[in-house]
Amino acid sequence: MKTLVFLEHHDGAVTKPSLALLSRAARLGGETCGVIAGSGLKEAAASAGAFGGSVIFAADDERLAAPLPQPRVDVLAGLVRDEGFDTVLFAQSVLASDIAAGLALRLGAGLNWDLADIEEDGETLIGKRPALADSVWVDVGWTATPRLGLFRTGSFDPAETGGSAEVRDVTVTLEPHSQLAELVEPATVDEQAGPSIEEADVVVAGGRGLGGPEGFALVESLAEALGGAVAATRAVVDAGWYPYSAQVGQTGKTVSPKLYVAVGISGAIQHKVGMQSSGTIVAINKDPNAPIFDYADLGVVGDLNEIVPRLAELVRQRRDA
Amino acid sequence: MRPSDYPPPWSDAEAVTAPGDVEPIEVGVLVVGGGPAGLAAAIRLGQLIASDPETAEALGDVPVAVLEKGKAPGSHLLSGAVVDPDPLWRLLEGVRAPGDLPTYGQVPGEQVLLLTSDRAVRLPVPPTMRNHGNVVVSVSQLGRFLAEVAEEGGAVILPETVGQSLLVADDAVVGVRTGDKGRGREGEELPRFEAGSDLRAKVTILAEGTQGHLSLAAFDRFGLAGSSPQTWALGVKEVWRVPRPLREVIHTMGWPLRPAARYREFGGSFVYPMGDDLVTIGMVVGLDYRDASVSIHDLLQQLKTHPRIRPILQGGERIAWGAKTIPEGGFVALPRQLHAPGLLVVGDSAGLVNVPALKGIHYAVESGRLAAEAAWRSLTGGDLSSYDTALRSSFVWRDLRAVRNMRQAFGAGFWRGSALAGLATVTGGRFPPGNNPTESDASHEIFSGDGASSYPAPDGALTFDKLSSVFLSGNRTRDDQPSHIRVATRVPAELGDLWVNMCPAQVYETGPAGEDGLVEVAVTPSNCVQCGAITAKGGRLTPPEGGSGPEYTLT
Amino acid sequence: MKIAVCVKAVPDSATGRRIDPASGRLDRAGDLAVSDFDLHPVEEALRLRDAAGEGEVVVLSLGPAGAADAIRKTLAMGADRSVLISDDAFAGADLVTTAHALAGALGREEADLVLFGQQSADGDGACLWAAVAEVLQRPAISQVAELSVDAGSVTGRRQTEYGYERIRAPLPAVVAVSDAINEPRYPSLKGIMGAKSKPQETLGSADVGGVQAAQTTVIALSAPPERGDRRRLEDGSSAPEGIVEFLVERRLL
Repeated sequence: MKTLVFLEHHDGAVTKPSLALLSRAARLGGETCGVIAGSGLKEAAASAGAFGGSVIFAADDERLAAPLPQPRVDVLAGLVRDEGFDTVLFAQSVLASDIAAGLALRLGAGLNWDLADIEEDGETLIGKRPALADSVWVDVGWTATPRLGLFRTGSFDPAETGGSAEVRDVTVTLEPHSQLAELVEPATVDEQAGPSIEEADVVVAGGRGLGGPEGFALVESLAEALGGAVAATRAVVDAGWYPYSAQVGQTGKTVSPKLYVAVGISGAIQHKVGMQSSGTIVAINKDPNAPIFDYADLGVVGDLNEIVPRLAELVRQRRDA
Repeated sequence: MRPSDYPPPWSDAEAVTAPGDVEPIEVGVLVVGGGPAGLAAAIRLGQLIASDPETAEALGDVPVAVLEKGKAPGSHLLSGAVVDPDPLWRLLEGVRAPGDLPTYGQVPGEQVLLLTSDRAVRLPVPPTMRNHGNVVVSVSQLGRFLAEVAEEGGAVILPETVGQSLLVADDAVVGVRTGDKGRGREGEELPRFEAGSDLRAKVTILAEGTQGHLSLAAFDRFGLAGSSPQTWALGVKEVWRVPRPLREVIHTMGWPLRPAARYREFGGSFVYPMGDDLVTIGMVVGLDYRDASVSIHDLLQQLKTHPRIRPILQGGERIAWGAKTIPEGGFVALPRQLHAPGLLVVGDSAGLVNVPALKGIHYAVESGRLAAEAAWRSLTGGDLSSYDTALRSSFVWRDLRAVRNMRQAFGAGFWRGSALAGLATVTGGRFPPGNNPTESDASHEIFSGDGASSYPAPDGALTFDKLSSVFLSGNRTRDDQPSHIRVATRVPAELGDLWVNMCPAQVYETGPAGEDGLVEVAVTPSNCVQCGAITAKGGRLTPPEGGSGPEYTLT
Repeated sequence: MKIAVCVKAVPDSATGRRIDPASGRLDRAGDLAVSDFDLHPVEEALRLRDAAGEGEVVVLSLGPAGAADAIRKTLAMGADRSVLISDDAFAGADLVTTAHALAGALGREEADLVLFGQQSADGDGACLWAAVAEVLQRPAISQVAELSVDAGSVTGRRQTEYGYERIRAPLPAVVAVSDAINEPRYPSLKGIMGAKSKPQETLGSADVGGVQAAQTTVIALSAPPERGDRRRLEDGSSAPEGIVEFLVERRLL
């Protein structure tokens, strides 16, 4: 088996999910390599080898300076053809998913996405992915090689192997249609107070148990400590305690952060369907019979007015240490 | 105190308006409501149009339009149901074979049970309830089927469209204004705001079902009300997938309802097989009950724990839930006439339900058919009063008249009521004589009783809470819209409790009592499944934005 | 200007979405509706056409015959025509199959701009636009939250993990729009009534260049892995420390 892992980079460093995927792929049979494409990326390429792979291919070309997908399809397609890779893996991102889909059509290859893990069965690869809002899991496969896989964020952790990889330059040849799109204005972050609830890794949500709009001060403080976004249940939005844009639930937004902290929320199904596929759910509620305790990973029965401030303090202490 | 002491901030005149300045949309016959009655009218009109295209020209480019406030026809339809299929087969003659009707087969067998808390006594099936030759259906599926037939016949069905107000000019109904879409909670226009349109029609047929919004306004505007007020029952039902087939249609009386007269708890339950692997179970209770702690949803949950009922559902899975009111006043509560200039009223909106027989769907279909024929005749000079004439000569009138005093008898309690009902049956309605009046549901004194003390706590397997039930109804009402529920918001605690417990969808909540002893009533309109119970008990349900509400498919 | 919008009809969530254990595929029985995500590109196309005062909006889809009813809603919103690629041979279509089929239909249309919605409500995550752009050999821009067209090119303001950037591409181009771009209009009554008379074409596999075999398979379904032991803390006074310990254990802190 010969696997190629696409390594995305930003601000001169390879992204964590890419390194994590490289670490995971390096544990598969056969040979594993990485490819990084951009302009001025020798350092990033060299550092990647510490996470796995025997060779890191570096496509360093001015024409790859802008983070556009189509030129990268050309680079990867060339590598697959020239080096004989049978498997190409990507860590989910806006860029990576566009590249993966374009490459699938360029190679006429199968692409399985939203994978949480991959298994080897001899020469066969089996992808494992959740479906239908995480209510069911599916084993997926490929009918031929090359085979492409796109992995969900947070599937793996980067692990340094203590080794290093050879960095090899790649000559870049681009198709005419890949060069048509141009970056007119590079990415700038909009002014906003913290991440949006759909994108945040951590969400702290408040419900009726807060007692009133002032209760959200506690929620905001904890969210700030954890570096997360603030959400609200329909009941409190209806009551005017928090804006509609923060509403999570059946008639609000659906979120699936790594950590969801539910403060003073009873957890009726209308709310549950908006957050049930969160990685870890922590619920704080003074009612031991609240439905949320049926599905929270950590259920805390107690007074949120005492627990939340202290929790925020402890989190800040750890963070600043 | 009585719920009627705290009337809602609503006047039926609010649903009547003069035509606007904006260019209207012209249709021939406008049917408001895509249920069995409205669709029967649309189907019949399609047949008449096909048989006489020349006369049909008078109906213009869109001869028949049907407004449906739900996501699609069927989305807001809920019933038992065991239906007499004859009027349907007659309606569909030449268009569909009898076997095309979506049914779960003929009634396999029947049982009427009198329940006590731990036993079931079999009673002989009363003549009014005999179901030989009848079929089990899901009225929601029936609606979807009839909509297809209506469309094939040329009707234009407009889903997610509400009939908001009656357009009246020169004392005649000239059409309907549809509801706005895209208003925010305070009524403000959101970016995708779409104002309602004026739909003008030669004849408007109101087929809105129970407590029709425009129908109530029409009765008020044209003075059509009968001698006795309409009364309603609330039905809450579930559909279950079961491992063992149920082989008979079951009706129960008695437990968990309380027989003493002061409770005024009239009703019972039904358990019907839907094929081999589905069962529907429902509880129907008159809304003239008096104990503010009564919750019909919870009575249904309690019913399921009965040793005769539980085994039917054992090992099964609940797959649907819903709630809807049924007009119960019968013959004496019918409007004195069901037509007005430019207007006809059919089906449950007219109150054409035979309560002792638990039948209304086939009357709805027949009344829709007769209304279509009257509307058609009006194109060539006929008067719409011919609808009332035809209805009065039909089996609908005959049946309703025969059972006219039965329900009122139960106001005297279960045992006396049964006796009187039996008498009425045996004499074909000649005895007791006269027309016993009904009293409006909101006019009964309420009290805080202990009916709720025996309700089971939801276990999530056999018994369920209201919120998860609302979820199962498919209700995803957009919550960023104005509230469609009109109720007094400061009421005595007892009345607040009555509403909180009555509502199967947990729409109402009350706060603590203020200095004046009144409590604040908070409303969560997005939970509402538009059952209509509030309209019977002191408030007024109006239609929310089109497309809101449940999405029934199996009810 | 001709704008083609590719939409997918998915099971309406009210009737429930489930995977058919026999085939391993999404159970497509029941009512279909155009995916909510796909209403945004339809709305954007209508706005572009209306702003220009001329042009045509055609809606394309690959799906079962029953999808035609669902697609009619886009005509009710104001689209001019629809094209449905429907053929039993497309059952089990994956990204490669779907992209080729759509590209085949798009080839007949020769649209100036091809729009997609950002996410499929049932399949989750497939970048169909990038795949179609590759077959058409045209530039693609994704995640567009703001779109403008002028003088033969399209510029999109798009949202990535690193903020907002602007990308320009010459027409014809493929653009995927995010749900932040607009609020899709409600179909007006006139629109609903007029939709029935708008052309709805159906194409078979032969009309779009045959069927590219799917390259991926579904092997098995299983229940999701256990969420792990649920834990409970009942002592309020030590709860904050207990929570921190738990988060550290789970590598969330």
